[in-house]
Amino acid sequence: MKIHEYQGKQIFARYGIPIPKGIPVFSPEEAQKAAQKLIDETDSPVVVVKAQIHAGGRGKGGGVKVVKDGAAAAGKVAASLLGMQLVTHQTGPEGQKVQRLYVEQGLDIARELYLGMVVDREKRRIAVMASTEGGVEIEHVAATTPEKILTEHVDPVLGLGGYQARKLAYGLGLGAGSPKPKETIAQFVKILASLTTLFEKEDCSLCEINPLIVTRTGDVIALDAKLNFDDNASDRHREWAELMDKDEEDPVELEAKGAGLSYVSLDGDIGCLVNGAGLAMATMDIIQHAGGRPANFLDVGGGATREQVTKAFKMILSSSKVRGIFVNIFGGIMKCDVIAEGVVAATRELGLKVPLVVRLEGTNVERGKEILNASGLAIQPADNMLDGARKIVAAVKAA
Amino acid sequence: MSVLVDKNTRVLVQGITGGAGSFHAGQCIAYGTKIVAGCTPNRGGETFEAKGPDGSPVKVPVFDTTAEAVKQTGAEVSCIFVPALGAADAIVEAIDAGCRLVICITEGIPVMDMIRVRRVLETSSARLIGPNCPGIITPGACKIGIMPGHIHRTGRFGVVSRSGTLTYEAVGQLTALGMGQSTCIGIGGDPVGGMDFIDCLRLFNDDPDTDGVIMIGEIGGNAEERAAAFIQENMKKPVAGFIAGTTAPPGKRMGHAGAIISGGKGTAADKIRALEAAGVRVAPSPAEMGVTLKAML
Repeated sequence: MKIHEYQGKQIFARYGIPIPKGIPVFSPEEAQKAAQKLIDETDSPVVVVKAQIHAGGRGKGGGVKVVKDGAAAAGKVAASLLGMQLVTHQTGPEGQKVQRLYVEQGLDIARELYLGMVVDREKRRIAVMASTEGGVEIEHVAATTPEKILTEHVDPVLGLGGYQARKLAYGLGLGAGSPKPKETIAQFVKILASLTTLFEKEDCSLCEINPLIVTRTGDVIALDAKLNFDDNASDRHREWAELMDKDEEDPVELEAKGAGLSYVSLDGDIGCLVNGAGLAMATMDIIQHAGGRPANFLDVGGGATREQVTKAFKMILSSSKVRGIFVNIFGGIMKCDVIAEGVVAATRELGLKVPLVVRLEGTNVERGKEILNASGLAIQPADNMLDGARKIVAAVKAA
Repeated sequence: MSVLVDKNTRVLVQGITGGAGSFHAGQCIAYGTKIVAGCTPNRGGETFEAKGPDGSPVKVPVFDTTAEAVKQTGAEVSCIFVPALGAADAIVEAIDAGCRLVICITEGIPVMDMIRVRRVLETSSARLIGPNCPGIITPGACKIGIMPGHIHRTGRFGVVSRSGTLTYEAVGQLTALGMGQSTCIGIGGDPVGGMDFIDCLRLFNDDPDTDGVIMIGEIGGNAEERAAAFIQENMKKPVAGFIAGTTAPPGKRMGHAGAIISGGKGTAADKIRALEAAGVRVAPSPAEMGVTLKAML
């Protein structure tokens, strides 16, 4: 799960990580008021108006504006940002609609650094990454100059050692140019310790500060905050429900999640209903292998009920882009008759206007086939998944 | 012969009184697995009843702690059906009780919990399979997990997979070709787990009764790439592969927590290239895993 920059910064503040003063706003009027407040409090005429969308690359995409001539100007900038479709390298060509802004104090930046934390799957530890190349796409740095990314791993028992944080600080040459080098390094070390604790306690899957800045006065401040949470930990973080911005989520995927299904929209026209994530992915692959294009990834899971299968099949049936449906089941725990009942129940309610190919294998397969046969639905049975993929691709092309 | 488990393996089930635990413990017992103990806190002293392969009643004592279960019954392998937020604790409990092998079926364990479990595994000789996996089966001898037993046949081919249902698919294809299985291991779809491809391939390589292996990977991480390097260096037996997710879009979690292409890394194309360079024959479609291995013999 992703959250907005301003929400991430509110969490940073709770862990004592220094952030600029800022106020989230939803309208130009609020933006103007917030800008005036910041100008009064900081004694500086500079504010920054930042579009709040979940994708990165907002600055480059035109979603971050520095305003130097007063609160009214900030309000105007806000008016131009709100409602725009912001396109960045992470949004896709259609962009993401801007509905929230963050108005922040402007700071005197001496250096821009990158600081990131991820779960390193190979080392099975949290990896802390730092680079002098802040403010740019870190993917680009990793691809072109990987030696500029310094990495330390966190022992889950010991935590991040102070020496590890200092290694990063010296590696970044953090003292250089600071009017108070010792203090700058100490601040950085403290931020790293807090951030590691935050990452573990808040069950993050990703944390990025790009840029982490050093001001001309030598202070280290998080100018950005990107936090992703581990969905598996949502049951012990009830507060996440409030942090979720439904406007940023695909409504169909959200609906599926609510029903306990795993669904991802794709741009093809063949709907798939499958049990198991690996088989669901492989079903998409084999549809393409047979010359078609999958409309979705849908894993009904191992222990789906008849109701869940019905819901899943209704989601596929009601999608306007779907021109054919392939049900591919290898029942282990999932029983074929439960799938068959769900398919029949959903079709009875919504009707079946597109070709349907069903491949059933495994537990209770005979009973499943009987239910489908007795339903009178126009179903093409398939002997195996390749046969099924070929049949649905042919049927969609013929229609 | 086989790897890790055989007909003499004594198994403990943690969470045996729960819905999934009781159903699958029953299925395993019906398959012939020696389930000798169950464990559920506050349910010690109860008896779990099921039917063996011949329909005869089997009674399994339930204990409050795995330590007690191991002490009383000599269980050496534990299978875990404990809910996600308690599962990491259950794994560590099994390791602490002295189980040599822990199989965690539970799906949805927070990755931070699994990082701590890995730290415990580093200081122990115990092995972990999973979490978020179907388990392990040596056909005709021992089924520990949730896979449908009837699709398997005894034989000489190993299967190792990150995906449950794709394992069944591969097994179904092998069985249909008359190629039985020595042992099939589902290592699970989470980003941080126990045994990886290399751990399993090493066992199959050393097992005199395994003649070839099907390895099923998916997008995300670099476990397949690392396995490719191992295969090139060490593997004496043919390995056929399949990688799920060629058509998966980047940045989207495809069901499994570990199945996500992030930062342009972990694509199916990269993995297929690495495996083919190491001499693995990668099936062009998931319907051709069995025939791909057969063609290598």
